[in-house]
Amino acid sequence: MAEIPQDLFRDCDPGPYICELQPGRPGDNGAAQTVRDRICAIGLDGLRARATAAENDLMSLGVTFTVYSEATAIDRILPFDCIPRIITAAEWRKLETGVQQRVAAINCFLSDIYHERRIIRDGIVPADLILGNPNYRPEMEGFPVRFGTYVHICGIDIIRDQEGEFRVLEDNARTPSGVSYVIENRHLMRRAFPDLLAGMSLMPVDDYGRRLREALTEIAPESVLDPQVVLLSPGIYNSAYFEHVFLAREMGVPLVEGADLTVENDRVFMRTTAGLRAVHSIYRRLGDDFLDPTVFRPDSMLGVPGLIQAWRKGNVALANAVGTGVADDKAVYAYMPRIIKYYLDQEPILANVQTHICREAEGLAYTLDHLHELVTKPVGESGGYGITIGPRASKTELDDARAALIANPSNWISQPMIGLSVGPTLTDEGIRPRHLDLRPFAVTGRSTWVLPGGLSRVALKSGSLIVNSSQGGGSKDTWVLAEDSRR
Amino acid sequence: MNQNGPLLARYAESLFWMARYMERLENLARLIDVTQTFESPGFETEAWDALIRIHADEADFAKKYGTPDPETVKHYYLLARDNPNSIYGSIEGARTNARTLRPLISTEMWKHLNVFHRDLALVQEDELSGDSLSRLCSRIKEGVQTHTGITEGTLFRDQGWHFYEIGRLIERADQTTRLLDIKFHRLAPRGQEEKRQEERTQWGGILRAVAGYHAFRRVAPVDFGPSDVCSFLLADASFPRSVLLCVSQAEWHLTQLRTSYNLRGTLTALEQIEEVRAALRDFRSEELVHEGLHDFLDRLQRDLIALAADIGTAFFRDWRPNAEPVAPPTQTQTEPAAAEAEAPSSS
Repeated sequence: MAEIPQDLFRDCDPGPYICELQPGRPGDNGAAQTVRDRICAIGLDGLRARATAAENDLMSLGVTFTVYSEATAIDRILPFDCIPRIITAAEWRKLETGVQQRVAAINCFLSDIYHERRIIRDGIVPADLILGNPNYRPEMEGFPVRFGTYVHICGIDIIRDQEGEFRVLEDNARTPSGVSYVIENRHLMRRAFPDLLAGMSLMPVDDYGRRLREALTEIAPESVLDPQVVLLSPGIYNSAYFEHVFLAREMGVPLVEGADLTVENDRVFMRTTAGLRAVHSIYRRLGDDFLDPTVFRPDSMLGVPGLIQAWRKGNVALANAVGTGVADDKAVYAYMPRIIKYYLDQEPILANVQTHICREAEGLAYTLDHLHELVTKPVGESGGYGITIGPRASKTELDDARAALIANPSNWISQPMIGLSVGPTLTDEGIRPRHLDLRPFAVTGRSTWVLPGGLSRVALKSGSLIVNSSQGGGSKDTWVLAEDSRR
Repeated sequence: MNQNGPLLARYAESLFWMARYMERLENLARLIDVTQTFESPGFETEAWDALIRIHADEADFAKKYGTPDPETVKHYYLLARDNPNSIYGSIEGARTNARTLRPLISTEMWKHLNVFHRDLALVQEDELSGDSLSRLCSRIKEGVQTHTGITEGTLFRDQGWHFYEIGRLIERADQTTRLLDIKFHRLAPRGQEEKRQEERTQWGGILRAVAGYHAFRRVAPVDFGPSDVCSFLLADASFPRSVLLCVSQAEWHLTQLRTSYNLRGTLTALEQIEEVRAALRDFRSEELVHEGLHDFLDRLQRDLIALAADIGTAFFRDWRPNAEPVAPPTQTQTEPAAAEAEAPSSS
């Protein structure tokens, strides 16, 4: 006798927030309801058993990031939530074109600031914000890059507000991480939840390695017929090491460390068992500061002496280019809508979150007056540190934030509190709504390709808006529904 | 398809060391197992002390534990985190190398090693005594044999495979000399006839420890003596753990690297293998077994160390002299990129 499945979503009320698994959204071809029905058919016990098995699998496979304490390194998995998030074809069209537009504008911006600086002359962005930026690299001035591409790999953090509008929260234009989880999550879903995926028409995610290799080949010096591509990693002690391995494997290129490379006569070589082999294109997962001790930090042993000179001579390509951090600065972010308009003469397809710049008198005054309803963020931090969430902060916390703002206004921006969308998530209490964000990844050589979907990070704590992994966030498989086949 | 693509020197080195650590792990389990069977009432400490001496760990052990007793020696070789020669040290070394090799080795190899590492990291003190110890040793041996089987079945056979095999074979040859050596650190304070009987039992124990007992029975004379056991373990051309077979196979791999991959610098290593072979040809006499075997084994060990050094100089370390196979983190970078992976999303 068939049992009638229990409605596991009964207590999953999204409240005032948008639900990312709500049936009937524009472009949803019934997938959301199908997923809900199938989850109910699996049942809570079944879900839990399979989720545990899946997480054990991740641990055994070493799909981990590394957390450091005083003396030891602990491998942790990014907790995996088995209930997927759905992006409809219509939503994806908007996200994809919006990301492409933003990457194009960022590359125009970087090219301009390292060459003519029209944007400063025309008074769109204040000069000291660019020239005084710690990520600005004078070494880049006047240096041409192929196709004008500075940011070859870009991860753009996007959230959806209570009105359903996608908004960009942050641009990651240096060496964004997380794409390996996007692909591993899908593999994991196919192994652990084949019944959930059965018959679903989804955009594939496994083309990333090929696209990345293609872009890295495109940007290599023109004179080289068959360029040697490598991935440069800081090594096994880096928290993103798994991703470096993953990408090198997907591209089919050597994963090198600084000591594997050497520069002779302004050319880069890798040390092999058969002697030195030329290298032409490097996907580097080292920060600018660590690339070349002869140019940047002399104490760094992670990089390659002479690398920057070889690059400036045009003998090797670096992805991303040096000095791209100016573009993902939280203060520059506030100017992005104007930057898009200035270079592309287009309205932004993806809106910014409204941002007050405290270095400007007006922004500071507004922030100080509305501290209790704003989220204040330090410009130079990452990982969720130093953030004060006004509506949830105690009086003391607000006083501290106020003092920090007054002491150094240019280190701060503030934004209104946004009601991030939620996704049904498996918790100890059952399926409950949890806040989400999305980081799509764009690869740019000659043109820009966006991996369908992206990394959906989920705040596992009830009510929490912090989705980053170092503070207990997890991730979900992100499904982009294929265009309706009937059309 | 480009099967003759370049191999990073660091990868070659890591493959060599990963294989050595795994092989060392298995052999250490064999040594421990046989030591336990050699324990005789009243002389337990002597039996376990031999383990320290054949690893030349006397000074390190004395510094950490003082005078040896069975419990501390077992702890030192099975659990100690600060002993690179321990079971824990070896699996840690193997896994660390495997991590640097993840772009190269098969997922199945990595997954098994990762799970095996976790298993061995959880070994408890109470597994070191009584009948638990032998079970633990079996588990370790089987874990390594599984690794070897997975590797045989899944590791891509390019030049990296040859470096893996060379590392494994050199370590195995070396460990066979150590296993034989343990016999000579054993006190046998008995009368003549008792001693002969006990000796036979001990040789049997050693043969069983290397899974060679039955094979030896097939080829040995009925009334075999110690020199027959020794030449079987050292110079039998068919026994998988004999020094002769190991170096002959290593020679084949080196030749492959030379002919199929055009790697120069194999010559010194090949000459060194000839040295070992010549020494084994000389080994036949009964006297040697009683008088000079320990010195003979010592010399073999030195030859094998020289062989590894020749390979290291030719392929691994010409560019980083004296570098450790896996250096501890001299500098952990707080890379902004890594932190960005964990960027917040609070608004």
